[in-house]
Amino acid sequence: MSDQTRIRNFSIIAHIDHGKSTLADRLLEATGAVAERDMREQLLDTMDIERERGITIKANAVRLEYLANDGEVYTLNLIDTPGHVDFSYEVSRSLAACEGALLLVDAAQGVEAQTLANAYLAIDSGLEIIPVVNKIDLPSAEPERVAAELLGILGGSQDDVVQVSAKSGSGIPDLLEVIVKRLPPPSGREVAPLRAMVFDSYYDTYRGVVCSIRVVDGAIAKGEHVRFMATDLADAADEIGVLQPEALQVENLATGEVGYLITGVKEIDLIRVGDTVTDAAYPATEGLPGYQEPKPMVFSGLFPTDGDEFERLREALDKLRLNDSSLVYQPETSRALGFGFRCGFLGLLHMEIVRERLEREYDLDLVATAPSVEYEAHLTDGSTVRVRSPQDLPDAQVLADISEPFVKVMIITPSEYVGTVMELVQQRRGRMGEMTYLTPERVELHYEVPLAEIVFDFFDQLKSRTRGYASMDYEPGDYRLSDLVRVNILLNGVPVDAFSSIVHKERAYRYGRAMVERLRKLIPRQLFDVPVQAAVGSRIIARETIKAQRKDVTAKCYGGDITRKRKLLERQKEGKRRMKMVGQVEVPQEAFISALRIDE
Amino acid sequence: MSDRSVAVDEAAGERAAYIHIPFCHRRCPYCDFAVVDLEEEPAVVDRYVDALATEIALEPEWAPLHAINLGGGTPSVLAAGQIERVLEALSARFGIAPGAEVSIEANPEDWTRSHAASLRRLGVNRVSLGVQSFDGDVLRSLGRNHDPRMAVAAVENSSSAGYENVNVDLIFGTPGESVASWCETVATAVQLDARHLSAYALTVERGTALSRAIRAGSPAPDEDDLADKYEELVDMLPSRLIHYEVSNWAEAGSECRYNLTTWAQGEYLGFGLGAHGHRDGVRRRNVRRLDVYLSSIEEKRRPEAGREQLDPWARDKERVFLGLRRRDGVRAGRAGAALWDSEAGRRFARAGVVDLVAGRLVVLEPLLTDAVAREVLALAEPQAG
Ligand SMILES: Nc1nc2c(ncn2[C@@H]2O[C@H](COP(=O)(O)OP(=O)(O)O)[C@@H](O)[C@H]2O)c(=O)[nH]1
Ligand code: SF4
Ligand SMILES: [Mg+2]
Repeated sequence: MSDQTRIRNFSIIAHIDHGKSTLADRLLEATGAVAERDMREQLLDTMDIERERGITIKANAVRLEYLANDGEVYTLNLIDTPGHVDFSYEVSRSLAACEGALLLVDAAQGVEAQTLANAYLAIDSGLEIIPVVNKIDLPSAEPERVAAELLGILGGSQDDVVQVSAKSGSGIPDLLEVIVKRLPPPSGREVAPLRAMVFDSYYDTYRGVVCSIRVVDGAIAKGEHVRFMATDLADAADEIGVLQPEALQVENLATGEVGYLITGVKEIDLIRVGDTVTDAAYPATEGLPGYQEPKPMVFSGLFPTDGDEFERLREALDKLRLNDSSLVYQPETSRALGFGFRCGFLGLLHMEIVRERLEREYDLDLVATAPSVEYEAHLTDGSTVRVRSPQDLPDAQVLADISEPFVKVMIITPSEYVGTVMELVQQRRGRMGEMTYLTPERVELHYEVPLAEIVFDFFDQLKSRTRGYASMDYEPGDYRLSDLVRVNILLNGVPVDAFSSIVHKERAYRYGRAMVERLRKLIPRQLFDVPVQAAVGSRIIARETIKAQRKDVTAKCYGGDITRKRKLLERQKEGKRRMKMVGQVEVPQEAFISALRIDE
Repeated sequence: MSDRSVAVDEAAGERAAYIHIPFCHRRCPYCDFAVVDLEEEPAVVDRYVDALATEIALEPEWAPLHAINLGGGTPSVLAAGQIERVLEALSARFGIAPGAEVSIEANPEDWTRSHAASLRRLGVNRVSLGVQSFDGDVLRSLGRNHDPRMAVAAVENSSSAGYENVNVDLIFGTPGESVASWCETVATAVQLDARHLSAYALTVERGTALSRAIRAGSPAPDEDDLADKYEELVDMLPSRLIHYEVSNWAEAGSECRYNLTTWAQGEYLGFGLGAHGHRDGVRRRNVRRLDVYLSSIEEKRRPEAGREQLDPWARDKERVFLGLRRRDGVRAGRAGAALWDSEAGRRFARAGVVDLVAGRLVVLEPLLTDAVAREVLALAEPQAG
């Protein structure tokens, strides 16, 4: 159909909020892919949550037809990428479908951690990179300084930097020309067995699994039999098409083109993103280099506040997973919280998004236990157990030691905050790595920090201590031995599972103290004194007492009062029925929930 | 158990009447009774007394009454002649048994020597004085119209007028009241030699000025403070005053018969605005709006706002719930036995909160009575056999 020389496949990569979605909108408009009257803001961000939070969590591909100044019509395939650290694996798989990338930077903010992390990913993937400075309309814009920062990373000269305002549209025509001129066209073998990369997939209720594909070699035609090489699954290509951005069916996709593929496959789990699609009759001998499956890094228990909602939660998770294969979960029972699921997430944002979607789209009311990472427990017999929940930690008698995941953290900060940042990292048990001055005013810092220290409030702390100026990104590192203990919280001597936590030895006291104080305030007084204790093994490290209830009687019960008093007592009892018994102690579900929510 | 508990159970067989006199000089901030502001409606009192007489006449006949309680509001604002009309109406319709208790609630500022004496002559033989505290600051916080001197005078006026039984009504736990102030109040009441003492923890009722103030940030009564003061009270009272109900103490034989009837699930008639009655197993309550009350009586209709009749099991649970407020406890019966055999019952027994003595279920920790009552009321009926 089209000749590879008139195709450009590219992504926009940027730190969050630097204007990627807005720029995509402008490109769609400028090429007439959408008429201006149909333009909704951030057209490519389809999910409600994305729209509201302004984050892109699913890669989208759209095909633009562009009439260039040279009189030729080019096909531009814009592959949108997510802009948050939790989803960096999605960035790399989007990049694998491209030859080039626009590295977009906010003219008022400058290079940030994700700008850099994404730039490195693009460089590693061998992409041609066009530096673009956005938001030049802002009064606080410093396009020259920012351009200099970009060149410091990418090399090249000021003339290579394109300046735009995605908001006003200024600079967009130039940018389109630069895309055509500077980005290389695909260079696949046209006469060869089909090799197409699956760079995304999602589940559609009516059509089954829809794969986003990039044809690398050969071509794919509607109706032909294809084979997914890694899974060895063969099926007919029932439908192929392109997104403009609405779906348009085509008869075939040629070498270098990007589009979608629908086969008879109905189960999302059967399709592996990164797999290679080939012709079932004339298969390629070798698949394309794939990429790593994302691994969950953060774990948390999700429990419906209403125990009867467990099945609905399961159904909702099953549905979410159809479009989010990185979400993992298995049933978990908690004495305090009842039945729920231990869920694994790519990171904290992912966790938040999943929870919010469950609550909003599925109308569930959930409580989440404190996030945990995956520890490795080394046993005295030489074996290793992976621990995703504090309850799973083996007993001290058989436990030799524990290692925990570290991450490589990159932080970019104005140089005046270097000391503050170092202090924060040290408090979080981080180790200093390299330090590079991007410019005299801005520094790139590298650390290795236990993931567990990052997942709580590290990001918020970093932001607040640097007045919002620092940015960060992280990638998985290795496991290292650490001095970790499990703190158990005991109510009247009975452990309350939802509050156990694996923490560094030096943090144990602080955690235990905070938890027992919190619970003392939240749990109503009982008929007897209730000790609330924090313990490491058999050693009590903090204790509070919920004093026995002293007064539970209405002062007066006169003749005119009997029915009303009786009904009042009956209503109060109804309220108590919703209490959970922890041993002999009655605890309102709300107390557990509030204790867990205080962290938020 | 003493013989008294049996005597006290017999109150279940007595017949009582409650007459509600809704008028007050002004509403106290903690009060949620059916109250009519006397300053706003002075002319209505006579009409109301007429209505009471009519309502009494509308009630089907009964046998002579053992206990009459004129409550409020503030019955002491009525003139002797008005009280007389009410008592005459009761006597004409039902008769008043010889030796019956005829009790009136009075605010100290109304309880002059002459008023006390004229009511005594009409046959009123017990007075319950709304003293609340002998501390002027506490009285002011409670929004009361009297001062400590008037309270002392009211007790003395009662004795000199020849009342057989005088009750001093106290409230403890008012925010700002110290433990010392409370002890002082108790000591004064004891010195005055009252035969009967009621001491109520200040309770925040919904919809009152007090509850609004607390929501707006004023200090609320505190559980520990209330419990401390209750315990001080129990320690301080002389042995002649027997603790016979959660909030009531009396010399032997001077217990309030009307209240005993209530707690024994006995029957009583209720007349007046918002009054409740319990007769033939049915609980009835009157309307709480004065205009509605007056107009229905004047049209010779009973001013009923609602009624309730419980099934036998619920009724037995109600019996235990009420009886548990008495320090002598309550005959266990079906509901009491069911509690004793329940998981909750065992928990209370282990914690030393309840005991079963000679077939009577007794709450040993009166301050935890509601915890037990709640479990009683929630019991499912045990299957027969
Ligand atoms: N003033 C100005 N604001 C812009 C420009 N481009 C984007 N924005 C705003 O920056 C914010 C983030 O943009 P968005 O496209 O959602 O960023 P993304 O997170 O990279 O997708 C939004 O409020 C946009 O309206 C621009 O050129 N000028
Ligand atoms: S005097 Fe008694 S009835 Fe009247 S408002 Fe005060 S507390 Fe209520
Ligand atoms: Mg976006």
